[in-house]
Amino acid sequence: MAGRSRESGLKRAHFVEPRVAALLLLPQLAILLLFFFIPSIRALAQSFLLADPFGARVQFVWFDNFTALFRSPEYHESIWVTVWFTLAQSALTIVIAGVLAFATDRVIRLRGTYKMVLLLPYAIAPAIAGILWAFLFNPAVGPIAHALRAIGIAWDPNLNATDALILVTLAATWKHICYDYIFLVAALLAMPPSLLEAAAVDGAGPLRRFFLIAMPMISPTIFFLTVMNFVYGFFDTFAIIDAVTRGGPAGATNILVYKVYQDGFVNLDLGSSAAQSVVLMLSALTLTLLQFRYVERKVNYDV
Amino acid sequence: MIERHPVLDLACHAVLVLGAAIVCMPIYFAFVAGSLTIQEVQQVPLPWLPGSHFVANAETAWNKGNFARLFINSAIVAVGITVGKIAVSMLSAFALAYFRFRWRMTAFWLIFASLMLPVEVRIVPTFESVANAALPLQWVVDELDLAGWWEVLTGNRIEIALQWNLINTYSGLILPLIASATATFLFRQFFLTIPDELCEAARIDGASPWRFFRSILLPLSTSNMVALAIILFLHGWNQYLWPLLFTTDKNMATAVIGLKHLIPRSDMEPAWNIAMNAALITMLPPVVVVVALQRWLVKGLVDSSK
Repeated sequence: MAGRSRESGLKRAHFVEPRVAALLLLPQLAILLLFFFIPSIRALAQSFLLADPFGARVQFVWFDNFTALFRSPEYHESIWVTVWFTLAQSALTIVIAGVLAFATDRVIRLRGTYKMVLLLPYAIAPAIAGILWAFLFNPAVGPIAHALRAIGIAWDPNLNATDALILVTLAATWKHICYDYIFLVAALLAMPPSLLEAAAVDGAGPLRRFFLIAMPMISPTIFFLTVMNFVYGFFDTFAIIDAVTRGGPAGATNILVYKVYQDGFVNLDLGSSAAQSVVLMLSALTLTLLQFRYVERKVNYDV
Repeated sequence: MIERHPVLDLACHAVLVLGAAIVCMPIYFAFVAGSLTIQEVQQVPLPWLPGSHFVANAETAWNKGNFARLFINSAIVAVGITVGKIAVSMLSAFALAYFRFRWRMTAFWLIFASLMLPVEVRIVPTFESVANAALPLQWVVDELDLAGWWEVLTGNRIEIALQWNLINTYSGLILPLIASATATFLFRQFFLTIPDELCEAARIDGASPWRFFRSILLPLSTSNMVALAIILFLHGWNQYLWPLLFTTDKNMATAVIGLKHLIPRSDMEPAWNIAMNAALITMLPPVVVVVALQRWLVKGLVDSSK
């Protein structure tokens, strides 16, 4: 039964019972069809249609939804907010996680305890992370808001656009540092010690070794994390936005995923919402391809 | 560590202590606020030390938020997603790695395609699929004009309206989230590292594919399954968007969604003490899981991302 030329991704010793295989694949494919392929195709189809909110009349409008979308100033604002939010969050997350990972790699005592504490936000739902920070920065009762006022900063994320953006960025960063941290610690621990020892013998100090040897060696991990931070910022921060600011004030934190939801469910503008979905799908696709193209060399998907 | 460097080591400890403090700060203040009375929580500045009403507030929050019911919902959804995803993806990984059949590569690419798009980007159409999962069937009925044929054949006019509403059901909360490829690829990668001799020996002994799966593959995969299960459980418990959309009945909401309704808005009584207490209660199960199973979590994370 073993094949003449080895098929990739197939075990040398295998079974040839197509009906069993079909049965094994059935649940996965059925769920994918219902909740992945059909919705994706419908989003694509809907983005070319114009329907009135009650669905009575539907018209094929080619790319009108897209041109209207890219002409709308609100969409431009949403794009900018998303870009700033994602960039700030990614940069903060990876820098802080990098410093913490470097420190964890050097200390020996209490290392386990530090790791345990720093891992905690991974357990906490994004929505709850948002709520905790919303409390700290609540203008009426929050201790940090109070401290800010004490040093003369008028703070009100309910009215001030910048304050609101800072608040969601901090909450998103706090929630995500642990993720980058785990990967960076793992990457640093996996470095061959002989390299670092050789550099030390040559007289390179710990910081110099980190920047000239460790950093280049773990750069695939850093790149992978940057992509993952973008994915997180783009798609997984919906709950933080909804729990903290609901896109406000005046659209200041209305990131792209939140706008899809708002236009689709609140404003019932289905054509525009679908067009936005398609734009988001393309960006998700780009991010995933980047990840596979440059990072996932370890995994062999060439089937 | 390669050489002694007391100053740098001290700085490292300082950095880590600071990091740990920043991680703990919001949780600590939630604890403080959650133990105060409603008058105390409105004091400016907020007290630094906890008050004495923690248990009383916990009781109020538990009853006011209907958390007895919501915790059961969250547990069902989290466990359902975990078990469902692992079962579905292990079976398909088994088929892809151990079976030769005609559409193997097609199946592989169909699953692979779903890896590329997070569900968040298709909010409206996915919602419609959950609101009526029979929609594709209805489409077939409409396209083939079955009702028209029926009329031609029998002379009776009938309406065919297929409806399979999953809103406010556990299946509606669980099924759409089982559809993801990451776990399938994780198991497939793992299966490919298992020695071929095991399968050959099983086949020589006359074991059926199912027997091989149950007696050899399943036990070997335990450690991967546990590691993945932790991540999926956290992911399921912490879900937000789908429970928000798919539950209109308050009794079907999950704990995270229930918590959201306790957060004071500008037109409400500022009961932050109850809200913060409820936040602590809601985050407790996943925090316990992470603290207890930390090593497995790290393994699962690092594995499932490659």
